[in-house]
Parts: sequence; structure tokens; C-alpha cells
Amino acid sequence: MAGEQKLIDPMGQFEIKRFTNWEIAGVDVSFTNSSLMMVIVIALITLFLTFSMRGRSMVPGRMQSIAELSYEFIANMLKENVGPEGRKFFPFIFSVFMFVLISNLVGMIPYSFTVTSHIVVTFALALTVFITVTLVGIFRHGFKFLSLFAPSGVPFYLLIILVPIEVISYFVRPISLSVRLFANMVAGHALLKVFGGFVVGLGIWGGWLPLGFITALTGLEFLVAFLQAYVFAILSCLYLNDAINLHH
Amino acid sequence: MPQLNIADFSPQLVWLVICFVILYIAMAKLAIPRISEVLEGRQDRISKDLDEAKRLSEDSEKAKAEYEAALDEARTKAHGMVAELKAELASEQEASKAKLEADLATKAKDAEQSIAKAKETALSNVKDIAGEAAKAAVSRLVAVDVADAELQAAVDAQMKGDA
Repeated sequence: MAGEQKLIDPMGQFEIKRFTNWEIAGVDVSFTNSSLMMVIVIALITLFLTFSMRGRSMVPGRMQSIAELSYEFIANMLKENVGPEGRKFFPFIFSVFMFVLISNLVGMIPYSFTVTSHIVVTFALALTVFITVTLVGIFRHGFKFLSLFAPSGVPFYLLIILVPIEVISYFVRPISLSVRLFANMVAGHALLKVFGGFVVGLGIWGGWLPLGFITALTGLEFLVAFLQAYVFAILSCLYLNDAINLHH
Repeated sequence: MPQLNIADFSPQLVWLVICFVILYIAMAKLAIPRISEVLEGRQDRISKDLDEAKRLSEDSEKAKAEYEAALDEARTKAHGMVAELKAELASEQEASKAKLEADLATKAKDAEQSIAKAKETALSNVKDIAGEAAKAAVSRLVAVDVADAELQAAVDAQMKGDA
């Protein structure tokens, strides 16, 4: 009974497990399962992108095509949404996209851990984007950056209502960006776990239906893993565009 | 919900910062330059090849135009030669024809003249023979010797009447 109770615990997979108990200057820096996955993720990205490109072939092979495709995907996204001035931020957006994407995908491996299923991680990423964008806006336009909150061609009396709304929507960005990714990851993985529990619970006679469902859901989760990385990257691009071009 | 356990925040944040900074540096210094180098190399190669192809096609266009011009020139030249030759032949033919005609005309005239002469000679011979015959006949019939002049006049008068 206790074993079955543990099987249908959908949140157990998100538990942080400390492998070491390190502390520096009173800050807990323990190496956890989350840290391990982060290291694996960045190692995978770096190794893949460097090894697949080591041939530097004119006609790319399969692996090189994937590397070039991911590069061009983000490069085009920046070009279309920000313009030529977004080129400077390419390494940043590319790193964010690859980190979220590979974290999501590696998290799909059974018994692994999804780094992006923790609000603190996604919020830190979103906050990095937010702070970068805000600093870029301030350094570029100085005081004029505040015009982002006052859309042009709007009558004065409407501005009284509009400006607070714009300000709130601006500062809500890191929250919406992080919660969207976090919630998608948690919901998908929890749902997989719940139906996985059903398969075992219903046994050989009744387990087939949830098994079929879980199979379809796994496919959907791979789509979500990619889609959320894409959404995270493209929203970062759009925020960057706001800051650089002050378009609204 | 394990995500809301505040004690777990700091190790995750610390490791996220470490990992993300490493990833950013690896991307910016290693992976991205490598990929962009290959992509730009390919772009350069493609545009160079396209330029080369354009140049070659222009060259072939030019060569074709030159060839057409040469062909045209040769054709007009050949036409001219043919016309010239034709004209030459025609004039030559005309000249030889005229010469031939003149030749024939003189020959015809000569022939006419010799015929006329022959006729005259023949006629005078006939006159002589007739005179002789008439003289012989007269001397045989009447045994008189007619004077030649008288006889000749009589023959002439007779032949005039016949002619």
C-alpha cells in the first residue's frame, strides 16, 4: 500500500536531492540532482555544437545540419523580430534557447530531472532577460525609454489609464515568462506520472487505456518541450525589440 | 510542491549562474564563431560560384553574338560573290553572243556575195554557151557565119525575154 502511494505521487519527481552538502559564506551551494542536470545540459550543448561542426564541411552532414539549423533558427528569429541591431544579442538569446530546449528534452528521459520545472530556475532566466532588456533600453534611449509606457497618438485622458497598465504589463513580463515555462513543464510531467501510476494501478487488464494515453501524451510533451523553448526565445526577442526600437 | 521549498533555491540559483555563464562563454567564444564561419564560407562560395556562372554565361553570349556576326558577314560576302560572278558571266556571254552574231553576219554576207558572183559567172557562162550554140546552129542551118557581136546581141535579147 505504501509503495502504491509513492507511485502515484506526481510531485516526487521534482524533489531536489543533495549529493553533497557544500556551503560557502553561509550560502548553500550543494551539488544537487538539478545541478547535475544543468552540467549535463550545458556539456551536451557545447559538445554537440562543437563536435558536429568539427568537419566544417561545405556540404553539411546530418549532425552539422542540426547545428546549423539551430543557429539559423535563432539568427532568423532575431533578424525578423529585432532587426540588424539584434545581432549583438545573438549569443545570449541562443544560449537561453538552447539551455531551455535541451533542459526540456533531457527532462523527457525517464528518471532524469527537468531543470526548467523549477520556478526559481525559470524565474532567474526570465529575470536575466528582463534585466538585460531594461538595461539595453535605458542605455540606448536614456529618459526616452519611458515613452515605451506612453503609446503615441493616444489622447491625454486615456494616458492616465494606459500608462499604469503599460507599466504593470512591463513588470509582469518576467513573471509571465517564467511561470509559462515552469507551469507547462510541471503540468506535463505530473500528468505523465499520474497516468503512469494508473497503468500500474489498473494492471494488465485495465492499464492499456492509460498506456495509450501516456504514449500520445509523451509525443505532445516533446512538442511542448520544443514549443516552450521557442516561446521563451521569441518573447525575449520581442522584449528586446521593444527596448531597441521603442516600437509599440 | 518541492518547487516552493525555499531552502532549495540557493543551490539551484548558484549552479544555474555557474552553468549559464559557462554556456554563454562556450557559445559566444566557441560554438557560434565556428558555425558562423562555416555558414559565411558557404555563402561566400555560393556567391562566388554564382558570379563565375554569370561571367561565363556573359562570355558565351558574347561569343555567340560574335559568331552570328561572322556568319552574317560570310553570308553577305558569299551573296556578293555569287552576284558578281553571275554579272560577269552574263556580260561575257553577252559579248560572245554579239561577237558570234557579228561573225555570222559577215559570213552570211560573204556567202551572199560569193553566191551572187557565182551566179553572175554562171550566167555569163550560160550566155557564152548559148551564143556558141546559137552560132553553131545558125551555121549548120543556113551555113552563114554570123558575126559574133550580132549573135551575142540576139542571145541577150532572147535571155532578157526569158528572164
